[in-house]
Amino acid sequence: MKKYIDQGKNDTRSGFGAGLTELGRTNPNVVALCADLVGSLKMEKFIEENPERFFQIGIAEANMMGIAAGLTIGGKIPFTGTFANFSTGRVYDQIRQSIAYSDKNVKICASHAGVTLGEDGATHQILEDLGLMKMLPGMTVINTCDYNQTKAATIAIAEHHGPVYLRFGRPKVANFTPVDQKFEIGKAVMLNEGTDVTIVATGHLVWEALIAAENLEKQGISAEVINIHTIKPLDGEAVLKSVKKTGCVVTAEEHNYLGGLGESISGFLATTHPTPQEFVATKDTFGESGTPEQLMDKYGLNNKAIVNAVVNVLKRK
Amino acid sequence: MPKLQELQDLTVQVRRDILRMVHKVNSGHPGGSLGCTEFIVALYNEVMELKDGFDMDGKDEDLFFLSNGHISPVFYSVLARKGYFPVEELNTFRLIDSRLQGHPTTHEGLPGVRIASGSLGQGMSVALGAAQAKKLNKDSKLVYTLHGDGELQEGQNWEAIMYAAGKKVDNIISTIDYNGQQIDGATNDVLPMGDLKKKFEAFGWDVLDIKEGNDLEAVIKGMKEAKSRTGKGKPVCVLLHTVMGHGVDFMMYTHAWHGKAPNDEQLATALGQNPETLGDY
Repeated sequence: MKKYIDQGKNDTRSGFGAGLTELGRTNPNVVALCADLVGSLKMEKFIEENPERFFQIGIAEANMMGIAAGLTIGGKIPFTGTFANFSTGRVYDQIRQSIAYSDKNVKICASHAGVTLGEDGATHQILEDLGLMKMLPGMTVINTCDYNQTKAATIAIAEHHGPVYLRFGRPKVANFTPVDQKFEIGKAVMLNEGTDVTIVATGHLVWEALIAAENLEKQGISAEVINIHTIKPLDGEAVLKSVKKTGCVVTAEEHNYLGGLGESISGFLATTHPTPQEFVATKDTFGESGTPEQLMDKYGLNNKAIVNAVVNVLKRK
Repeated sequence: MPKLQELQDLTVQVRRDILRMVHKVNSGHPGGSLGCTEFIVALYNEVMELKDGFDMDGKDEDLFFLSNGHISPVFYSVLARKGYFPVEELNTFRLIDSRLQGHPTTHEGLPGVRIASGSLGQGMSVALGAAQAKKLNKDSKLVYTLHGDGELQEGQNWEAIMYAAGKKVDNIISTIDYNGQQIDGATNDVLPMGDLKKKFEAFGWDVLDIKEGNDLEAVIKGMKEAKSRTGKGKPVCVLLHTVMGHGVDFMMYTHAWHGKAPNDEQLATALGQNPETLGDY
């Protein structure tokens, strides 16, 4: 199997910060907004270099979404920054009416998604955000897997006209995406070709999927691993091509199985190529306090869980 | 003011448009629309500095955001009669495949509309963003908004009100349609909001009253005064005292016509009180 090297653990939110910094230098229309979480979102460098293009909103996310929508009127490309929970559920109607329905070019950048936020617990660990955002007509939904990909995605979405939800996280994780890999919205990345099972993963689960594939190889199971960084629009073609070869699929995400990537894949395959599927995702539950590793283990969101899901889905082929 | 009679005529015609629009589809919000007729007419024809035509960015022209989107009939009528789209299109209000949705939207590409509104409480935030974009663009033109008084019960407004003053967004004039009515009754019965003037002032706004919000001259004078107070470090709030349903005697001084259309007979009476001036659509 193809070998991926961790270039050094880093957090995806720092990838966002680095991407935003670069945009600050290259695109004068990019502006940034934050609701009192500058440090958590790694926005300091952008602010230092472009103080006039940064808007500190205070703890008022609804106002932030509205202001972002308004800034597009006048040609700005606003990037909002706060935790995923406060970027979505808290401000759903503001996003729905003032951004999505109004076709505004706002980039909603959401950190600390999922249980890997850790010790703060369930109030802050949203596991429903992908579903909330993908249901909005016209919304592009992206969940990146590592530092390099998050940086590239941040830069790429500035070039895309329309509302985007960009989801990333808090913990330092393996950074394995080639530094020069172009980020193409809506285009899945083939990480490892295989023949027995397709593993489609997004976000922090992508690295876990690669570890799972290595472990499966030792058991004589050939796993194809696809990184779906864009949940919407979904690269159905890539999924279809793969499952036609392997005959079964495991989806893996740090999100509720209701509303997430797995649901999108199953919905797509049900109408194109019905395929046995197992879901590595949370099972309609809230999170809780703990370390990211403990939580990923307890909620079945790691390479072990993926291997188990593969074993189960293979029985159903 | 040589244009005054012309604008008076327009005001009557807009009232006719509002009544005929909501009557045709037996739905919509005539009360607030009638109450804000002088304001919207004055804004678009005497107060705002506008370019010809419409582009979304609206650089180098004043912008208006209607936050209480349910009074779309008055907004649509004034936009059409200003030339943003054909007056005949008022015939399609609330009908399927129309650009004139029940509540205003950019989604159907109707010229003159820059944001969807209807779900209340969001317009001021949007306007603040547009006002700050103007500052970034070194654009000295202003941003105007209109809100219902009942709408201020939505918490997002107060986030925006705090922000506007705190960040010295002084190129915005937010007008409150102070008619004291909302769907379920008088605002003082539904949820008393206390002294709005003191509230805005406490948040750091420059506040002025237009006591006669249904007197065209008073509205123009008041809005010009408001304009003169911009650029001085404070956002400007106008408390526009209006009567919901103004111009139709049986619709006035009640919340009953907030979201109810007149029947055939009521329409005839209402139109009789507002004789045709510029020609019906």
